[in-house]
Amino acid sequence: MATFKDFRNNVRPNWCPGCGDFSVQAAIQRAAANLGLEPHELAVISGIGCSGRISGYIRSYGFHGIHGRVLPIAQGVKMGNRDLTVIAAGGDGDGFAIGMGHTIHAIRRNIDITYIVMDNQVYGLTKGQTSPRSEVGFKTKSTPEGSVESTLSIMEMVLTAGATFVAQSFSSDLKELTELIERGIQHKGFSFINVFSPCVTYNKINTYDWFKENLIRLDELEDYDSHNRILAMKTLMEHNGFVTGLIYEDKEKKSYQDLIHGYSQTPLAQEQLELGEEKFAQLMSEFM
Amino acid sequence: MIHQLSWKVGGQQGEGIDSTGEIFATALNRKGYYLYSYRHFSSRIKGGHTNNNIRVSTKEIRSISDELDILVAFDQETIDLNAHELNADGVILADARFKPSKPESCQAALYSVPFTEIAKELGNSLMKNMVAIGASSALLGLQAEDYKQVVEERFASKGKPVVEMNLEAIRAGARFLVDSYGNELKTFKLAEADGQTRMFMIGNDAISLGALAAGARFMAAYPITPASEIMEYLIRKLPEVGGAVIQTEDEMAAVTMAIGANYSGVRAFTASAGPGLSLMMEAIGLSGMTETPLVIVDTQRGGPSTGLPTKQEQSDLMQMIYGTHGEIPKIVLAPSTAEEAFYDTVQAFNLAEMYQCPVIILSDLQLSLGKQTVPPLNYKKVSINRGKLMNGDSLPELENKDYFKRYELTDDGISPRVLPGTKNGIHHVTGVEHDEMGKPLETAENREQQMEKRMKKMQTVVSHFDNPVHVDGEAESELLLVGFNSTRGAIEEAMEKLRKEGMKVAHAHIRLLHPFPTNIVEPLIAKAGRVIVVENNYTGQLANLIRLNVGYAEKIHQINKYDGTPFLANEVYSKTKELIPIGNI
Repeated sequence: MATFKDFRNNVRPNWCPGCGDFSVQAAIQRAAANLGLEPHELAVISGIGCSGRISGYIRSYGFHGIHGRVLPIAQGVKMGNRDLTVIAAGGDGDGFAIGMGHTIHAIRRNIDITYIVMDNQVYGLTKGQTSPRSEVGFKTKSTPEGSVESTLSIMEMVLTAGATFVAQSFSSDLKELTELIERGIQHKGFSFINVFSPCVTYNKINTYDWFKENLIRLDELEDYDSHNRILAMKTLMEHNGFVTGLIYEDKEKKSYQDLIHGYSQTPLAQEQLELGEEKFAQLMSEFM
Repeated sequence: MIHQLSWKVGGQQGEGIDSTGEIFATALNRKGYYLYSYRHFSSRIKGGHTNNNIRVSTKEIRSISDELDILVAFDQETIDLNAHELNADGVILADARFKPSKPESCQAALYSVPFTEIAKELGNSLMKNMVAIGASSALLGLQAEDYKQVVEERFASKGKPVVEMNLEAIRAGARFLVDSYGNELKTFKLAEADGQTRMFMIGNDAISLGALAAGARFMAAYPITPASEIMEYLIRKLPEVGGAVIQTEDEMAAVTMAIGANYSGVRAFTASAGPGLSLMMEAIGLSGMTETPLVIVDTQRGGPSTGLPTKQEQSDLMQMIYGTHGEIPKIVLAPSTAEEAFYDTVQAFNLAEMYQCPVIILSDLQLSLGKQTVPPLNYKKVSINRGKLMNGDSLPELENKDYFKRYELTDDGISPRVLPGTKNGIHHVTGVEHDEMGKPLETAENREQQMEKRMKKMQTVVSHFDNPVHVDGEAESELLLVGFNSTRGAIEEAMEKLRKEGMKVAHAHIRLLHPFPTNIVEPLIAKAGRVIVVENNYTGQLANLIRLNVGYAEKIHQINKYDGTPFLANEVYSKTKELIPIGNI
C-alpha cells in the first residue's frame, strides 16, 4: 500500500519559503495515501499561477493546463475515465476571476471531482495584483490607492450555485485540511474546498497570524449542522466567510455521471472503439 | 423527359417550409434520384423569408442549381425575391390566398392554387404544405402513392386518419392543377431514376456519423450555427453506445473538456463555428504543446465577429492554420462532400492520435447544412489507428520517483503515450515548456529539442493522408481551377461547360490544407497555363496559401465571393471567362 511518501517526486517546488501551498501539497499527498490510493490512480489537474504548479509536485498523473480552465479539463478527464480520482487545483484568480464561469457551472453539473482552491487573496506569479478575493482597500500594484471592488463572497456564492460539498480550511491546519480533502474525494459529486493559503510575499494583510486570529472553526460552534443549507448560509454571512471545516454536504443528490442517460459504467477510455457493422447499418438506414 | 429539375419552396420562417421540402425530397430520394438541397434562412425563429431549394437529378450532383424550374410560394415576398431565378418555361405555384402576382419581367407561368383553402376544407389549414406538394407532383408526374411511406412515417404517431388526410391533401393539390389547366399544364416529367436506396443527409450528419464510427464516445460543445446539428445528433446517439455529450457553458470549456477527455484516453471532440473557434485558440495551443490528441470541427459561416451567422463563407482558413499564439504542430483538413466528410472525420480521429496534435476538420455552411444524396458508406473502410498508444501491461517498472518519458525524443518526434490510470506510466503534462518526462524546463537546449521534436511530427502527414488533393483532369492544362470545401460542385459544373467549349481545364480541390501538400500542388500549378482559385472570402486565403507554399504568384488569379451565398456554376464559369483574356495563356 502506498504511503504519502509515494506521492512525493523529486521536483523542488518554486514556491517562496513559507508559502501556504506547501501544506496543501502535503495534505493532498496524505489524503490520497489515507484513502488507499496508488499514485497512478490519481490525476491532479491544475490551473495557472503559483498554485497551479502543484500538479508537478505530486507524484501522480498531473495535467497543468491553461489559465482559468482547470475545471473543464478535470471534468473531461473524469468523463473519460470515471475510475480515476480527479483533483482539480488552482488559485483564487484562476478559479474566481478568469475561470469563474466554469466554477459556477462545474458546481451545477456536479461531476464527481474535488476542486481545491489555494486562496491567497492576491495574484502572486504576476507579482502582486488585486484578486476578486482581495479586501476592499487592499493596496497592490494594480490598486495603488486600494481596491474599491467588493470582495467576492465565494463560499456563499458556491452554496447558492448548488454545491453538494462545501468546505473551507487553512493551510496551517494540516490535520483539518487533510480530513476535508479525504471527505471531498469520498463525496459522490463535485466537492469544493477553499483553502486560505497565505502569500508571504505579496499579501502582508492576510497573514498566518491574521488568519489565526480571524478564523472560526465550525466544529467548535454549538449545534452547527453541515446538512443544513440555510444554517450554512447564515453562519457564513455572520462570520464574513471566515470559518473553517465542512460547511455543507448534500449526500442525497446523485452525481452528474449517475444521472445522465446511457453513460457507460466502464470508463469510456476502456470502451471498445468499434461500432460494429450491424450498428453502423442501422444508423445509415435512418438517413434513407 | 428531363434529367434534372430545380424546385424551390418559400415562405415565412416557422410555417413549415423546411418540412415541405423534406417530405418532397425524401420521396424523391427513395425513388433513387440524386438530390441537393440548400436552405436560405435568417437568424430568427419565426418570420422572415426562408426557402428550401431542392435540385433533383438522375446523375450525381454536388451543388445548388443556377436555374429554377418550379417555385412554390406561400407569400408574395417569395415570388418577389426568387422569380428572377426562374426559367422562361418555369412555373410559379402560389397560394391563391394572397392573390399572387409576378414581376413583369418574369416569363414563367403563374398557377394560383388555393393551398390554404383546400387544406382547410380537408380539415386543417396546416396541410397547405401537402397541397403544395400535390400540385408540384402533378407537374412532375408523381403520384400520391410516391409519398405514402414518408407521410406514414411522419404522421404515424398522430393516427391513421391524419395520415390519410395528408395523403388526400396531396391528391387534392394535384387534382386541382389538372382540373384547372388540363392540357395547358406545363409538365416536368423526370426520367426514371435507378431505384437505388441512398442516404440523404447534411454534411453535419456525415461528420457525426464519422465521429461515431471512429469511436468518439465523448463530445463537449456549445450551441452555434451552423454546427449545432452535430451535437444534437450525438446527444441522441452517443448514449446508445455508452458515451455522452456535455453542453458546456462556453467554447473554452468545450474545447478544454475535450482535451481533458482525450488525455484520459477516450476519443473526444468539439464542434463550433468561427466565433467559437476564436475562443478556443488558446486551448488549441495547449493541445499542441501537451501533445494531447484533439479533434475540432469548424463549420465556417460569414465572419467577422457575429458576421453573417446563417450564411456561407470560407474565411476561417488562415485562423485555422495559424491560430493560437506560438507554433504548434496541427493538421487542418477540408472535406468537400458529405461522403468525404464521413471518411475524413474517421481519418481525423486517427491522425489526432497518430500525431498527438490538434486536428481541425474544416467545413463550411454549405457543406454542413446542404443536404445531399450520399451513396452507402463502407464500414469496411473504417479502420482505427491509435498511433503510439502503449499497452499498460508491457511497461517496465518505473525507478523510484521516476516518471514515464511521455515526451521522449524519438526519430519521428512522436513519443509513446500512456493513459492516466496506467501503473507504470506516471508522467506530468504541461503547457509550459517541459522535458521528456513533462517536468517544466526552460533551458535553451531542452527548448530546442522539444520544439524540434513537436514540429518534426508533421513531416509524414502529407504522405499518410488519404488523397490530400482531389484532382480531375490532366496536369498539363490551359486552366487549373482550385477550391476547397463546398465549392467543389460549382467548380465541377463550370469546368464541364468550359471543357465543352474546347478548353483544357483541370480542377484541384485541396483536401489537406495544413501541412500543405506542396509536393502534389506544385506540379499542378507549374504545368497549368493559368490558375484560378475560387473561394468564398474577400482576401483569397487559399490563393495566398498556395502563393506562400508553392509560389507562381504571377499566374494565380482569384474569384472571390463574400455576399453570403454559395457559388453557382454559372458564376464560376462567367468570372473565369472574364479572367481568361488577362495575360497570356
